[in-house]
Amino acid sequence: MLHNDNNIAVKVTDLGKAYRIGVVEEKEKNLSTAILKAILSPVKNFRKIKSLKNVSSEATGKDVFWANRNISFEVKKGEVLGIIGKNGAGKSTLLKMLSRITEPTEGRIELVGRVASLLEVGTGFNPELTGRENIFLNGTILGLTKKEIEERYESIVEFSGIEKFIETPVKRYSSGMKVRLAFAVAAHLDPEILIIDEVLAVGDAEFQKKCLGKMQDVAGKEGRTVLFVSHDMAAVKNLCTRAILLQHGSIVFEGSANDVVNYYLQNAASIASQNNKDFSQAKGNKNFVVTDIEMLDENNNNIQIAESGRDFQLKISYEAKEVAINPVVIIHIKNNLEQILFTCLSRNSYQGIMQLKNTGNITCVIPKLPLLSGLYSIDIALKYDQELTFYLENIFSFEVETGDFFNTGKINSDMMNGMIIYHKWKVN
Amino acid sequence: MSDSRIVTVVDAKNKTFLFNFKELIRYKDLFYYMVLRDVTVMYKQTVLGFLWAILNPFFQVVVFSVVFGTIAGIKTGIDGLPYPVFSCLAIIPWNYFSSTFSASSNSLVNTAGVFTKVYFPRLIIPMVPIFSKLVDFFISLIILVLVMGYYQYTPGSNWYLFLLPLLIIILSSAGLGIWLSSLVLQYRDFRFAVNFLLPLLLYAAPVAFPALKVKEKLGNTVYELYALYPMVGGIEGFRSSFVQNADFPWTLVLISGASALFIFISGAFYFKKMEKHFADVA
Repeated sequence: MLHNDNNIAVKVTDLGKAYRIGVVEEKEKNLSTAILKAILSPVKNFRKIKSLKNVSSEATGKDVFWANRNISFEVKKGEVLGIIGKNGAGKSTLLKMLSRITEPTEGRIELVGRVASLLEVGTGFNPELTGRENIFLNGTILGLTKKEIEERYESIVEFSGIEKFIETPVKRYSSGMKVRLAFAVAAHLDPEILIIDEVLAVGDAEFQKKCLGKMQDVAGKEGRTVLFVSHDMAAVKNLCTRAILLQHGSIVFEGSANDVVNYYLQNAASIASQNNKDFSQAKGNKNFVVTDIEMLDENNNNIQIAESGRDFQLKISYEAKEVAINPVVIIHIKNNLEQILFTCLSRNSYQGIMQLKNTGNITCVIPKLPLLSGLYSIDIALKYDQELTFYLENIFSFEVETGDFFNTGKINSDMMNGMIIYHKWKVN
Repeated sequence: MSDSRIVTVVDAKNKTFLFNFKELIRYKDLFYYMVLRDVTVMYKQTVLGFLWAILNPFFQVVVFSVVFGTIAGIKTGIDGLPYPVFSCLAIIPWNYFSSTFSASSNSLVNTAGVFTKVYFPRLIIPMVPIFSKLVDFFISLIILVLVMGYYQYTPGSNWYLFLLPLLIIILSSAGLGIWLSSLVLQYRDFRFAVNFLLPLLLYAAPVAFPALKVKEKLGNTVYELYALYPMVGGIEGFRSSFVQNADFPWTLVLISGASALFIFISGAFYFKKMEKHFADVA
């Protein structure tokens, strides 16, 4: 039992959440049945709304969707647990159950200590009220008492940096000021267990930095437990001691943050694994063709998702009708707007003279992948003897997740556009 | 604060039907600030501000006196009680009931953006208007003083009895509000139902006419059944406590009180039962 174990802060056992989802309705074929259906629709609507609530753990059928199932894990006091997974993997539902916003369909959650969950900042802010009034309202919504807020009030106001406007209605604030005030309150919750959604860090770059910086503070404190949902691989690796990977609503991998991130990058079902490997559409004389494309990390492991700032390898398998000497390999890397970001051209960058056998592979190594998180695609062209032998646009698509490009341990605040170019600073 | 012995357990098998009172008490400050918010925001950016709480019942009293008192010629049934005083004594508690009931009914739907993002005992939400509307109620008592002063009407000596019917009115608007708030959240039909029900409830309550008329025209059984509608005992009791030479309608007040209590308790249980689905249906 949890109460006897002083080291456990969060214990989740066989947790599951089922939702009923709409099933496509049949269209009526003629007017009379359509009218009959319209008359009977209140009965149907009633059943439909009622059924939304009655999802039991035995529920089956094609309209039952398990957002989470069989989730069990423990978090020790002082641990920072990262929860990663693709969109739709069930991260948000898990977070909502842990925050007690929605109840599980099956299973059990035990939390020891004061819990604060931040799925959004500024919840319940009223535009008509002043900054000061909203600090108290928002603070109590997040579970503080009046006394606790009074104790922290000075510090909250100072942190927000909007002392001058604290008696002004929030509706006159700029959106940045609102976020600052909201975050100042959130930063002073000082709970023993903090449940935090990265989604709230979207938007204001300065705020995102502050938010994650504060999380680092909280995580660093003695005995503070943090559950952190993120897409940011670098954030997970830097902040989390442990991580779990969710896929289709269940935990598929659990371990140190590094291991889980690597496992995720190597095994996630991603755009990369859905690439069509049929290259027969390619233009050119086909004397020399691409047969397969793979992504590898710096340790030559196959990956499904690339991480920004890590060495990246694109392995292109080929077949040639004859032994080729000095062929040209051209790779365009394009962003999701189909704009070419850069080109890897073997004629310029290959040292010496490339000699190819009838079959084999060419690997293009890009040290410290300079791409921001997002979707990318590539075009490949092969030339031999001044002739185009193979050319296919969008031959391969892949995803990049945010990483620690500059090795600073700092969180990428996504202030950049386009690509990341390595640079340094000098201060005198 | 640093009491790490707070243990929160969520278990899908746990089908408790009781409220966690300890938790409700922990959130009393939230309740206070939500009431304060409602009161502060209500007349923000208005020119007349709290004067509205007086103007509103004033015009109602004028219209009721002209339409029901003069044109329809309804008698107050008590010697020396002018119709404007009679109707004012009903309109003020009625306004509290109707504004609380409608605010409370829509409260969950209107705050869906809050309780789907953070957890706190949801029962607080429909309970807030019950207190915030009391401010309006007490301000509007000024109009009662003015009307009584104008007609030089001295209230009866048992006026303090009004607290009992007021409690019935609070309890019944709370009960109906809790019922309807969870129903409206699930079935938005009830939103329309509330709008159409409120005027009907006004006609049904003894606002324009004395409850004794019901006894006179339809007999004692109907009269007592009539009191199952808690606003009957609420309004009639409220009015009688201020009126001279009027018997306090104990029967009506007791029946209405029991009925209000039943609505409140059943509403609270229904709310508790449905609470776990709120975030999913909102």
